[in-house]
Amino acid sequence: MTRVFISRDMASIALGADDVARAFVQAGCEVVRTGSRGLFSIEPLVEVETDEGRIGYGPVGPQDVAAVLDGTHGARLGRVDDLPFFAGQQRFTFARCGVIDPLSLADYAAHGGWRGLEKARGQSPQMVVDAVKASGLRGRGGAGFPTGIKWQTVLDASAATKFIVCNADEGDSGTFADRMLMEGDPFCLIEGMAIAAHAVGAGHGYIYIRSEYPFSIAAMRAAIDASAHIVAPFTLEVREGAGAYVCGEETALLDSIEGKRGQVRAKPPLPALQGLFGQPTVINNVLSLAAVPFILAEGAEAYAAVGFGRSRGTMPVQLAGNVKHGGLYEIGFGITLGELVNGIGGGTASGRPVRAVQVGGPLGAYFPPGMFHLPFDYEAFAQAGGLIGHAGITVFDDSVDMAHMARFAMEFCAAESCGKCTPCRIGSTRGVEIMDRIIAARVPAQSGAGGQIAPSRNGVLEKALYSRAPDRIDVSVEAQTRLLRDLADTMKYGSLCALGGFTPYPVLSALDHFPEDFGAPAPIKEAAE
Amino acid sequence: MEEFIGAWTARHGKSRDRLLPLLHAIQEEAGYVDDAIVPAIAQALNLSRADVHGVITFYHDFRRAAPGRHVVKLCRAESCQARGGAAIEEAAARRLGVPMGETRVDGQLSLEPVYCLGLCAIGPNALVDGRPVARVDAAALERIAAEVAA
Ligand SMILES: Cc1cc2nc3c(=O)[nH]c(=O)nc-3n(C[C@H](O)[C@H](O)[C@H](O)COP(=O)(O)O)c2cc1C
Ligand code: SF4
Ligand code: FES
Repeated sequence: MTRVFISRDMASIALGADDVARAFVQAGCEVVRTGSRGLFSIEPLVEVETDEGRIGYGPVGPQDVAAVLDGTHGARLGRVDDLPFFAGQQRFTFARCGVIDPLSLADYAAHGGWRGLEKARGQSPQMVVDAVKASGLRGRGGAGFPTGIKWQTVLDASAATKFIVCNADEGDSGTFADRMLMEGDPFCLIEGMAIAAHAVGAGHGYIYIRSEYPFSIAAMRAAIDASAHIVAPFTLEVREGAGAYVCGEETALLDSIEGKRGQVRAKPPLPALQGLFGQPTVINNVLSLAAVPFILAEGAEAYAAVGFGRSRGTMPVQLAGNVKHGGLYEIGFGITLGELVNGIGGGTASGRPVRAVQVGGPLGAYFPPGMFHLPFDYEAFAQAGGLIGHAGITVFDDSVDMAHMARFAMEFCAAESCGKCTPCRIGSTRGVEIMDRIIAARVPAQSGAGGQIAPSRNGVLEKALYSRAPDRIDVSVEAQTRLLRDLADTMKYGSLCALGGFTPYPVLSALDHFPEDFGAPAPIKEAAE
Repeated sequence: MEEFIGAWTARHGKSRDRLLPLLHAIQEEAGYVDDAIVPAIAQALNLSRADVHGVITFYHDFRRAAPGRHVVKLCRAESCQARGGAAIEEAAARRLGVPMGETRVDGQLSLEPVYCLGLCAIGPNALVDGRPVARVDAAALERIAAEVAA
């Protein structure tokens, strides 16, 4: 019987993989459902087991079964590992994803699984923490905080009960690595959490998964059941989110697990000392925890040998949006933004010129192609007025209206604000209003205002009844832009967490790099200040 | 619904951290969390009604009114916008006969926004009664419209 491999990743299913799998079953094949390899332009992908290895065909539909099985199909790709998209990667964390049956313990063990946990259990907790420190691993959830130092704090805290919490809220648009790992190699995350538990002395762990990821929730629950005897006495459970972006912020996430509104807590106390239910808690992103089995199994030096500056190891970069070859590309830090977008991503899917990329999700900056020389590195991006975040890159072609994207950033912040602090809760709504005025005013020919704002006369807004504002508000582009910068400043320095504090990144980067979309006459860089 | 809550808490416990799982279970059972059962939830978990109300209204997932027989969720986040999401959103509202965020008057379907489904390289994306659909275009909208007409 012919063995074929077809992904059951949510993205593959969205592209029709279930129908394809059904057709191969009907044709009498043994169908193994795997995770996704991570290149979506070739999905649904079918790999046929042959003497020369697994030969890929994609994209294919259910009508292609015969042509695939006799090897004549036009979309024959050869060995998937040899495709340029995969040959250039350094798959430390995603080595098994797309290759194995995600829920087969035998497959996992045969592909190097549990070696990290075995090694860890043969060492003292301090030795494990030291290994993670030596690897240089920094938190992949966004802030880039050294994982080993966080673990050390929890190890040093004396308490009868400690927790490991995995942050699988992955709310950033343009990111899907956490999802792919949970659906394609869930035991890897479980192994990472079990190593963390051994390292800090925790007995129970939670995986907080956003409700938008039903396939991940199912895969993790099944994997937890299947591996319970291996990670025992450590125990695990999945908690489902409820559609609040801010619950990705670690303290809001902890409150959400506790059954409360997901509001951000003031720090200190650090979650490492007083986290879930007031107990010392390791909270890490999926990718941080999933990097740990490799570090333990292969050695901290092997991980740290790759990278750039203080950014060590690999990053599973996600190419998204209007990009030709979108998907997951795991590579050592230091590759440039341009190599990623144009080289690996192949430019836009629409075939039009790339105009902007947003890196790091809705709180990340927009960069023009003029900045594609930037190396993928936490410090380099911070210096350029942006952030790597969870390493999602969203590509836009030249049809994008950057003023609309700036407005969307404010709108998103207003919708998702936890409400704790004024600059974020109120400022974001004021920001939407300012953007509406800029958008209405930037085309002088457009008489009157866009639907959202009060009718204007001679370029000034009538004072609202009972308002203490000056009699007339100057709604010229220049005045509103000044107001926008002032508001961004208040949000940046007056917000408790990065939702309010970083929303200015997409807004101001759009304004600084694409002033022409904001009705400013000339894109002179020096005029930014 | 009181019986459902009683049976659920008997099985899963009644500590405070059970609130979100319980709300998910109620919504799965009934389609929404009716204001009328807030007192029962509060009593079951020994919380105040205001506390429970606060949690329900904080999270976007929890509905306080019955949804349509079908639910179409359309992604509005940046990566889907980069792939023509705004135009598809407009077309979907027109074709399905319901504005974004609302339930059609005949109760047949709700069109709801969602901010990222983690399918960001193959957008614009939708969830049709929980089934993921990628690269939504005019033809896909026709198929979705036919599906939710049933
Ligand atoms: C508004 C907001 C949303 C966040 N969303 C996520 C998220 O979805 N996933 C994540 O891992 N971290 C997210 N973070 C970062 C977390 O607060 C925290 O830094 C992270 O979970 C720590 O894990 P790490 O050190 O492994 O990165 C978010 C932060 C903020 C302010
Ligand atoms: S910045 Fe916004 S999301 Fe963060 S704590 Fe303040 S109100 Fe809440
Ligand atoms: S932005 Fe639409 S799926 Fe991620």
